[in-house]
Amino acid sequence: MRRRLIKNLFSSPCTEAPPPRSATLEEAGAALRGAIARSLGRSLAIRAVDSGSCNGCELEIHALSNAFYDIERFGIRFVASPRHADVLLVTGPVTLNMRDALERTYQATPAPKWIVAVGDCGAGCGVFADSYACVGAVAKVIPVDLTIRGCPPTPTDLLQGLCWLLDPAVVR
Amino acid sequence: MLQALFGDRPAEASHHGWPLVGADADSWRRTGEALREGKLDLLGLWGDTDAVTCVLHEPSTRRALSARLPVRAGKVPSLAQFHAPASRLERSITDLFGIEIVGLPDSRPWLDHGRWPLRRPLAMSPEGIAAQRPYEFLPTVGPHLHQVPVGPVHAGVIEPGHFRFTASGETIVRLEERLGYTHKGIEWLLRGKSLNEAARIAARACGDSTVSYSLAFARAVEAALHLQIPPRAHWLRATMAELERIANHLGDIGGICNDAAFSMMHAECGILREHALRACAIAFGHRLMMDRIVPGGVTVDLQPAGCAAILALIRQLRRQFPELVELYDSTASLQDRTVGSGSVPAALALQFAAPGYVGRACGRAFDARTCLPYPPYDVAPIELVTCSEGDVDARVRVRILEIERSCAWLQAALAALPPGPVRVPVDAEPQGGAEQPEGEALVEGFRGDILAAVRLGPQQRLERCHLRDPSWFLWPLLEVAIEGNIIADFPLCNKSFNCAYSGHDL
Ligand code: SF4
Repeated sequence: MRRRLIKNLFSSPCTEAPPPRSATLEEAGAALRGAIARSLGRSLAIRAVDSGSCNGCELEIHALSNAFYDIERFGIRFVASPRHADVLLVTGPVTLNMRDALERTYQATPAPKWIVAVGDCGAGCGVFADSYACVGAVAKVIPVDLTIRGCPPTPTDLLQGLCWLLDPAVVR
Repeated sequence: MLQALFGDRPAEASHHGWPLVGADADSWRRTGEALREGKLDLLGLWGDTDAVTCVLHEPSTRRALSARLPVRAGKVPSLAQFHAPASRLERSITDLFGIEIVGLPDSRPWLDHGRWPLRRPLAMSPEGIAAQRPYEFLPTVGPHLHQVPVGPVHAGVIEPGHFRFTASGETIVRLEERLGYTHKGIEWLLRGKSLNEAARIAARACGDSTVSYSLAFARAVEAALHLQIPPRAHWLRATMAELERIANHLGDIGGICNDAAFSMMHAECGILREHALRACAIAFGHRLMMDRIVPGGVTVDLQPAGCAAILALIRQLRRQFPELVELYDSTASLQDRTVGSGSVPAALALQFAAPGYVGRACGRAFDARTCLPYPPYDVAPIELVTCSEGDVDARVRVRILEIERSCAWLQAALAALPPGPVRVPVDAEPQGGAEQPEGEALVEGFRGDILAAVRLGPQQRLERCHLRDPSWFLWPLLEVAIEGNIIADFPLCNKSFNCAYSGHDL
């Protein structure tokens, strides 16, 4: 193990530069971002909630923590309880069997809080939206502040969206 | 055994993949007894509006066969009364089709939580609004027991499900799972869909196995339609499937070590996994390779740049992965957690026909790629990996070896890729003339064997499509494996199984 650690110490990091600012996000309204910056500064605690996704979105959310995207360098971290969270990152089309749990998670999150719907499913344009067993979109259950589309969105898409929420100065 | 049970029955002409025969109450019961005696494996069991179908596999002859029992007066006899692995499948048949399973030892609903606007949604005539009934967990009695409910929203970035632990002090006395939270009505959505629409839905049954689900679905459709696809398409499909296996194994080995508080391995495996996903994106245009496999072939051809990316990945894995394996081997604190925890008794693994690395870590020598081989594994076999200890460590070791085998296989495959087209049109009219052609296929995903069964109707729209995730036979084993372990080791054991929620709940 020591060998490995020493080797890593002298090799260059994998971590990549932050993604460029996205034009589509810029249009999404600076007011929201201002509000977050005012109340939280540059730190964001995220609770991921799977409301019935296929697990594809989760895989890419996981990737945010790897050495390439290293989301923690932006002050963004994943927390284990909604009670510690500023942001709920919600994936999936909200199955009826998960609806209660999502609502309760929302209620358990202290204000100020923001909701990010992730993926085409969360946005309401996924393949499951019309099922008897799905509500069809996160916004039909709890108020959504930002939507990051894609099936699944790439880690770069996710990073762009989350960094944008946090502080414009971070994403140069 | 299959011969003795069904040898005298004619196979349905409209069904392909392997034979389908009709069953009656008597042969159904004898099937149940054969399953109980371990002479047959149950590979799947699903309902329809007027029948239930099971897929049986005979390990000694490596033969598969489907048997179909018509529903009489809304009822069929239970297989679970003989063979416990059928239990949750039968409970789901009742939830979705309203078929009464006579003799089913556990008649609680499974997927239906009483939240849907209709009951038995796939029946001929679904019933209106469902009443919400409280779910009764199995009682536990004994001194000094307490219960710990966990989920459906978990602490990590994982899928939702509920676990009810009964513990004595720190030690788990019993775990009861409650699943179905991610039920999206996939089989209902698939009904009436065109093949293109359905392929997109099947690809999203379980995101981590999207390639394997697409492959299972496509192969089932091609079996039904007698469709021959170009050789190059077979090889590209398998290339994607092996890449998917490598990426998932890498991620999970890192995850298991992380759950044993050894985060360095997690970071290193995460880097390799990311390299794998990027190679997939270069080679096939999508990090998870979603929607690349469709009935008729594949939607993208592999270009020289993609081929080079995959070969570069293999070289990198060859260089760096053995160092990580050595790190795993030489870290005593890690082995202390993985060796001996989460053991699955070999007899149970056989009874449940435990798919994938869980079964192979218990010495169950089954891999759909070798036991029921499909192209190109029929001409380019891949070596089966087994271990016998059945604990977390054995599952990690099987997956380490599988990464190595997949790398070797890929390298040889890329050198031998046949040229030519990669897709054929799916004809408007099926050949062979059967009116409702049916097909089944079994493919080996990273987690284990995935079963797809389809029946096509007019204009090649799906009449019925059933997808069976390996997790159906893995979740119950996790309940057993965790007994006697401490609650704090649950994440570790759970990750070493890595059962799917979405693929199971559908
Ligand atoms: S958006 Fe796509 S990847 Fe994400 S949960 Fe939905 S189907 Fe899966």
